[in-house]
Amino acid sequence: MAGAIVVEGLAKSFGTVEALRGIDLDVSTGTVFGLLGPNGAGKTTAVRILTTLLLPDKGKAEVVGLDVVRDAETLRSRIGLAGQSAAVDENLTGLENIEMVGRLYHLPAAEARRRGNEILDRFGLSDAADRQAKTYSGGMRRRLDVAASLVARPDVLFLDEPTTGLDPRSRMDLWAMIRELVQEGKTILLTTQYLEEADNLADRIAVIDLGTVIAEGTSDDLKDQIGGEVLELHVQDRGDAPKVAEILAGIGTGEPSLDLEAGRIRIPVGSAGPSALLDSVRRLDDGSIALADIALHRPTLDDVFLSLTGHAAEVEAEAEASKAKRGRRGRDGDRG
Amino acid sequence: MSVAVQPSSRVSAGSRVRYAFADGMVVMRRNLLQIFRIPTVLVFELVQPIMFVLLFRIVFAGNITNLPSGMNYVMYLMPGIFVQNAIFGSTTTAVGLAEDMKRGLVDRFRSLPMARSAVLVGRTTSDVAKNLILLLLVIVVAYLVGFKFQNGIAGAVGMIVLVLIVGFVFSWISAVVALAIKEVEGVQAAMFTGIFPIVFISAALVPVAGMVTWIQGVAEHNPVTVWANSARVLALGDVAIPTYGPQSLGALLVTSILWIAALLVVFVPLAIRMYRKLT
Repeated sequence: MAGAIVVEGLAKSFGTVEALRGIDLDVSTGTVFGLLGPNGAGKTTAVRILTTLLLPDKGKAEVVGLDVVRDAETLRSRIGLAGQSAAVDENLTGLENIEMVGRLYHLPAAEARRRGNEILDRFGLSDAADRQAKTYSGGMRRRLDVAASLVARPDVLFLDEPTTGLDPRSRMDLWAMIRELVQEGKTILLTTQYLEEADNLADRIAVIDLGTVIAEGTSDDLKDQIGGEVLELHVQDRGDAPKVAEILAGIGTGEPSLDLEAGRIRIPVGSAGPSALLDSVRRLDDGSIALADIALHRPTLDDVFLSLTGHAAEVEAEAEASKAKRGRRGRDGDRG
Repeated sequence: MSVAVQPSSRVSAGSRVRYAFADGMVVMRRNLLQIFRIPTVLVFELVQPIMFVLLFRIVFAGNITNLPSGMNYVMYLMPGIFVQNAIFGSTTTAVGLAEDMKRGLVDRFRSLPMARSAVLVGRTTSDVAKNLILLLLVIVVAYLVGFKFQNGIAGAVGMIVLVLIVGFVFSWISAVVALAIKEVEGVQAAMFTGIFPIVFISAALVPVAGMVTWIQGVAEHNPVTVWANSARVLALGDVAIPTYGPQSLGALLVTSILWIAALLVVFVPLAIRMYRKLT
């Protein structure tokens, strides 16, 4: 089988909650695949099945050609997992944590220690190697967690929301590490709620919502899917906005949309962005309209998500609400 | 990144056992490190057994009748207290396991190519080590309030071994409770609710003869009674042989071992199976 991860019709329910409703994925070796979706979308359930923690109800999944159910035992020596909660033992030092994981991958003691030191160095943790993990910052713990998952040099690495709860600086550091790992040829499947993260890291992205993959492709594919570029103008005098919309009528591929509060006009322009931009500047100049800003935007993944699921902005709030509603059972579901 | 040299997926039974042992030891070592890293936990765990020793010695001792002839309550009580402590001490297995589940460590362990038994074996064996430390300290306290081994070194060592094995058995029961309930607080509550009647409706702390008649039968057949009486005879000699049940040290030990074996045969595979099937 060609892909590092191949998933067909994978389904899993917890009681009445359908965490996964039959998803298909195909991840090429040496790429980063982003599983993007809000809390409760089914991301973690997918990762748990792929890392042999959970048995699927239906469908099949292979990682490096090994079936996640039938060949689970062999598969475990070929994968690394860094789960949602940084799974480090706080009472052990950084080095002890990595050595322990190395020993449990059945590396000889000396080798586990050697690789532990090497990997801590690489993750900028060598100064903290002999400190108990409870003294680490959130970012350091997360790096230690990822470091531990790499000690046996797995072919495929699963990172479940690796940057959730991290400050921007730690997030950037972790991103840089993930990019390095891919350059070395590792295959990485990462889940994230952050559109920016998927956009930055992933070669391909699957947008997942309510246990279903609702879109899949490169970041560009997804952006194209919702209709190309947008011309966005801000007027200096908010009262000019309707007039601008009138002047620019017909310039784009769709109706201009107005935000009177912000004095903003957005016009979808398909792939004819530059000429539409020039044309509009000319027309507005003739009409003596003072602009505060004019720019051509490619749609963001936020736009993609909004148009695909209809609930981009309230991701967190909604997940929290549904968590409260579904109670204990629900929590199992939204670990997915 | 080629799929070149990979260890054979067919693991022989021999190396499986070797791995299971080695993996269990890695986890045990980690748990023991924890004990030494946070000695305050050990101190707090020691408070409770010492409190029991003192309360029973100071408050109860003068009020206990029905004692075997020629034996005072302190002598009668202490071997029972040692057994009780071992059983109470096993709750740390449940709490430790529940905490590892909560922190995501169990997820990590389950994603590794390690033996499915190792997390449980590591936990139950490290708790034996911890129980040994506690037991030795409690024996010191028992000596301070008038207890004395009276059946030689072999008897004392035999009693210590028996008590530790009883703790080990309850660690596996404790593991099953943790794997079933999963939440730290719930696990603690369930363990104590279950353990109190098991220990109190036995000859561990007071003689069976003074209990309400209908419960005497239960108490006499409670394995905790068999273990407590065995511990007593090991520690004190034949004066401690009870008037019911097995009537010699040999018979007591055989019954004790049968109970231990029966409980392990049920709870060890059950715990491993539940660990394997965690979601």
